[in-house]
Amino acid sequence: MSAGAALANVFGILAVLLTWAALLIWVERRLLALWQDRYGPNRVGPFGLLQVVADMIKILTKADWVPPFADRLVFILAPAVIVVTVLFSFAVIPVAPGIGIADLDIGLLFVLAMAALGAYSAMLAGWASNSKYALLGGLRTAAQTVSYEVFMGLSLMGVVMLAGSFDLREIVEAQRGMWFVLPQFIGFLTFLAAGVAESHRLPLDLPEGETELVAGYHTEYSGMKFGLFFVGEYLGIILVSALIATLFFGGWLGPVLPPVLWFLVKTSVFIALFVLLRAALPRPRYDRLMAFAWKAMLPLTLLNLVVTGAVVLARSG
Amino acid sequence: MSYFINTLATLGRYLLHSFRPRATIQYPEERPAIPPRWRGRIVLTRDPDGGERCVACYLCAVACPVDCIALQATEDEHGRRYPAFFRINFSRCIFCGYCEEACPTDAIQLTADFEMSEYRRTNLVYEKEHLLIDGPGKHPGYNYYRVAGLAIGGKDKGEAENERPPVDVRDLMP
Repeated sequence: MSAGAALANVFGILAVLLTWAALLIWVERRLLALWQDRYGPNRVGPFGLLQVVADMIKILTKADWVPPFADRLVFILAPAVIVVTVLFSFAVIPVAPGIGIADLDIGLLFVLAMAALGAYSAMLAGWASNSKYALLGGLRTAAQTVSYEVFMGLSLMGVVMLAGSFDLREIVEAQRGMWFVLPQFIGFLTFLAAGVAESHRLPLDLPEGETELVAGYHTEYSGMKFGLFFVGEYLGIILVSALIATLFFGGWLGPVLPPVLWFLVKTSVFIALFVLLRAALPRPRYDRLMAFAWKAMLPLTLLNLVVTGAVVLARSG
Repeated sequence: MSYFINTLATLGRYLLHSFRPRATIQYPEERPAIPPRWRGRIVLTRDPDGGERCVACYLCAVACPVDCIALQATEDEHGRRYPAFFRINFSRCIFCGYCEEACPTDAIQLTADFEMSEYRRTNLVYEKEHLLIDGPGKHPGYNYYRVAGLAIGGKDKGEAENERPPVDVRDLMP
């Protein structure tokens, strides 16, 4: 790839991602409204699309306030962490042949590592806010992330075994014959649960849980610093959706339509699934969330891992 | 397992909601159906002959739980009582309708109009000329002075509707 093409890739993907993340605010509100028999924002511009612009003007012109009791430096840095780590993860996502920023041999591990780092954002925000609700939110983030990260990585190992590579491009190419969602259905389900938990999305958004913790780890945040958490959350949704599309549904592979479009369509379907989960499911109690991770998801993942390993071994032997 | 199936069923049910009609009424373009007995903007009505119904008895002001009604009684040359001024502060009014219940002459009435927003709070204080309407409101045929036994200008004792002439009490003596 020439330097010019690489730069075009980087800035193109960055621009698309940020626009998409901003647009998701509108998409989510309209979809939620559709499933709750309402209209959602439909006044500003065509179909309410300019609501995004109005929201951005509002959030950018708000007072950029740091509470006097907060740990100033960490408080300001925390929201940037989530956005940066999620954007880093996108560097290894293969959008289509020729589109994509980096082809790492350990692409999948890189994504998992960045997801683990991203958890620092909420933890540091909760700690630096120096208020009880934010701290409780941060603690919950720590516990939830540790619990769900354990089987998040393990749930993908089945895919890695089948493809024989950590390189996301090779994983996509390995799905030419069959999407991995069929042999790895349990892996798909567990990864979906882990992805929802990792991006703090309803129904697993206990770190924010506004009915119990005001707004959790971002209670003290306002203005664009709060906006960054929001952008980070929506980028996280896109990331998990893109990962599911890449790892289990054949990424850009598909007939007739151009590869980029296939990738976008598959990702969008899973973004819609995220919104549907939010619309339909209630938030579990915190101990049940933990029990679900350790007593249901982890054994299931390990079982899947053992069976997949046995099958792969038997075939090769 | 049953939890998983239940969850899938829930997701399916919510997806089906895509095809349901939406409950929202898009207000300025679409109008909500307002019931006729809606307690909205308060008006002062007139009797069928065009006279003011209000006799300035102060019962509405007394009944008002938030004290938003102020008036001053006076009389015209025929002895008819009427309010010299009648003021309702709608920034205080809670639209409870007690004034309408208290009113002995059906003068004060609540209507189905709810669009009374103002940019200035002082514009919510309605004077008599804002409150008084030309019609009889919910009680079309009713005229208080025509059924009351009171003698006022143009109508003496015994001339009201359904009223017999006054009896000379000394005729009743044994």
